[in-house]
Amino acid sequence: MQTVNKTKKQPSRFKSVGLFIILSVLIIALSVISLSLGDINIPPLDIITSFIGIGDPDLTSILVEFRLPRILLAILTGVGLAVSGVVVQSIMRNPLASPDTLGLSSGSGLAAVAVTILLPLASPSVLSAAAFAGGSLVFVIVYLLAYKKGVEPIRFALIGVAVSAFCSSGIHLLISKANPNVNAALIWLSGSLWGRTWDQLIGLLPWVVILLPLIWLLAARLDLIHLGDEVARGLGARVELIRLVLLASAVAMTAAVVSVVGTIGFVGLIIPHVAKRLVGPRHKKLIPTASLLGALFVLAADLIGRGVAPPIEIPAGLIIGIIGAPYFLYLLWRESKK
Amino acid sequence: MKAVHGLSERNKSPLRIIAIFLAVIILLLISMFLSISIGSIHISFGTIKQAILNFDGSKEQSIIQTVRLPRLLVTAFVGANLAVAGALMQALTRNPLASPGIFGINAGASAAMVFLTVLVPSVSMIGGVFGAFLGGAFAAVIVYVMSSLIKGGDSDVKLALTGVAIQGMLMSLTQTLLIFNESKTEGVMFWLTGSVIGRDWGHVHVLVPFSIVGLLIAFGLGRASSLLSLGDDVARGLGQRVFAIRAFTAVVVIVLAGVSVAIAGPIGFVGLVVPHMVRYLIGVDYRIVLPMSALLGASLLLLADVLSRFITYPYETPVGAVTALLGTPYFIYLARRKKTERKA
Repeated sequence: MQTVNKTKKQPSRFKSVGLFIILSVLIIALSVISLSLGDINIPPLDIITSFIGIGDPDLTSILVEFRLPRILLAILTGVGLAVSGVVVQSIMRNPLASPDTLGLSSGSGLAAVAVTILLPLASPSVLSAAAFAGGSLVFVIVYLLAYKKGVEPIRFALIGVAVSAFCSSGIHLLISKANPNVNAALIWLSGSLWGRTWDQLIGLLPWVVILLPLIWLLAARLDLIHLGDEVARGLGARVELIRLVLLASAVAMTAAVVSVVGTIGFVGLIIPHVAKRLVGPRHKKLIPTASLLGALFVLAADLIGRGVAPPIEIPAGLIIGIIGAPYFLYLLWRESKK
Repeated sequence: MKAVHGLSERNKSPLRIIAIFLAVIILLLISMFLSISIGSIHISFGTIKQAILNFDGSKEQSIIQTVRLPRLLVTAFVGANLAVAGALMQALTRNPLASPGIFGINAGASAAMVFLTVLVPSVSMIGGVFGAFLGGAFAAVIVYVMSSLIKGGDSDVKLALTGVAIQGMLMSLTQTLLIFNESKTEGVMFWLTGSVIGRDWGHVHVLVPFSIVGLLIAFGLGRASSLLSLGDDVARGLGQRVFAIRAFTAVVVIVLAGVSVAIAGPIGFVGLVVPHMVRYLIGVDYRIVLPMSALLGASLLLLADVLSRFITYPYETPVGAVTALLGTPYFIYLARRKKTERKA
C-alpha cells in the first residue's frame, strides 16, 4: 500500500501550496464569521475598526475578551488533536489509532477531572502534568491489554475504545458526584469551547508552540518509521528514541488540549486520513495539512454549534461526534477492502 | 474459549445443573433480601416477614411497600430481560460479543426516549416504551447492516466496533437534544447512565407484563436457539425455518431490551456478561441457558444495585455506572481471548 500511495498520490509542490492557501483562507473566513456571530452580531467592518483600535469600546471588549480567545482556542484544539493523530497513526502503523482510540483523551480527562475535584486550588501546570500522566498511563494499559504476539490494529482500537468508555464512566461518576451543576459538567464532558478565556488559551499555547515544530522537524524520521522498524534502523534512524519522543509529544499535546476543552473525539482519528488523501503520506506536508484541517474542522463545529439554534449552544464535541462516527465507519469499511 | 457455541463442549451432567439451579435461586433470594433491607434505613428480616404476613402500615413497612419493593421488581426484571436478550443474541449471531449494548439497542432506545421527552413532553409511559422499541430496532438494523458491509476481517470485532461508533453517534445526538431542554437535563442524565432509583409501581405495571410475555416466549425459543447456535446450515438441515426464527427472536430481543431501557435507562454489560457465565456453568443447551440467564441476570443486577448504594454513600450511584465499571474488564478479556481461540 505504502509504495502505491507514494507513486500515485504525490501532488506537485504547486498543488500543495495552493491547498495550504485555500485552507488558510477558509480558516480566516470562518474566524471572521465566528467573530461576528453571537448574541450581538458584529459586522466585519466593525471588527476591523475594533482591531485597529478605533471601534466602539463595548464591541471591542466583546471581541477581544470573549470571541477571540475562543476562536484561537478552537484553532489550537484542532491543531493539537489532528497532529497527535497523525503522529500516533504513523508510529503505531495503525490507521485506527488516535488520541481517543488509544485512550489518551479519556485518560487525560479522567486525571484532569480527578485533580480538579481533589485539589481545587491546583495550578494549571499541575493539571496539565496530571493529564499527561493520566494519558500516558492509560495508553500503556491499552497497549499492554491489546498486546498479544503483536498488536493487531482492529483489536487495538476495540480495546482502546473499551478502556476509553471505562474512563468516561469514571469521569461521569466523578463529575456527577462533585459538581451539583450537572449541565456545566455535561458541557465539559462533551467538549465545549464555551466560556473559555485567555487564561486557558495561554495555558495551551506553549504546548502547541513548542511541540508542533518539534514534531515537524522529526517528520522525515516519521516517514522512515512508517516504512517499518528494520528499514528505518537500516537507514540509521534511532527508532526507539524517536518513537518515544514523538509519542510523548503526542500525549502531551492531547493532554493539554483535553485539560482545557474536555474530551473532543474523532478529530485525531479522521483528520489524518483526510489530510493523507489530499497531500499523500509524506509527513513534511502531512503535518501542516492536518494542522490546518483540524483547526478548520473544530472551528466549523463550534460555529455550527453556535449557529444552529441560538441562543442555545451545542458543544463542538457533540457536533464532531455526530459527523465523526459515520466517517469512522466509512474508514473501517475502506480499511476492510484492502 | 472451548468453542462456546460448538458441540465440542458437552452439556454438563443433570446433577450439576440442578445443583447450580438451586445455588442461583438461593443467590437470587439473598440479593432480593439485601435489596429490600439495605439503604438509608436498614430493615430487619423480621420486619420484612411482618410486612408480608400482616401489613400494619408502620413506617418501615411503608418504605418496603412504596419504595423498596417496586425498585426490587424493576431491577430484577430489567436484569432478567437484558441477560436473556443477550443470550438470545449471542445464539442468533454466534458472536460472543453480541449484546443489546453492542448492537446499539440501548443507545437507540435511549435516543428515542429523549427525543420523545423533548418533542412530545406529554408522552405516556407506554408511548415511551413503544418509542424505545422503535429506536432500538432502528439502531440494531443500522449496526447489523453496516457491520456486514465491512468485508473481511473478524466479524465479531467488526460488529463491536460498528456498534461502538453508532452508540457514540447516538449519544452525541441524545446529549445535543438534551441541551435543548435544559430543565429536564438533570433527571435524564441520571436515567441515561442507567438507574433504578425512584422507580415506583407505575413503572412496575408497565415493565412486568412486557417482561413476562417476552421472557416466556424467549424460554420457548430455547431449542431453536440451541440449533441456531450450531450454524445456519445445521439448523436448516434439522428442519428449522432459520429466517423466521431469526426475525421472531429479533422482535423478542427488541421487546425485552426496549422495555428495560424505557424504564431503567441503558444499563450495559448485563446482557453481555451473564450468558457467558451461564454457559460456563451449565453448558450450551439454550433450553436451560435462557431461564438460568434470567435468574442470574436478576440476581447480579440486584447485587450491583445494592453495591451502588454504598459507592458514594450517602448518595446513590446509578447502577449503570456500576455495571459499566465491572463489565468493561470482562469485555476486554473477551476481546483478547478471541484471538488465541482462532489460532488454536
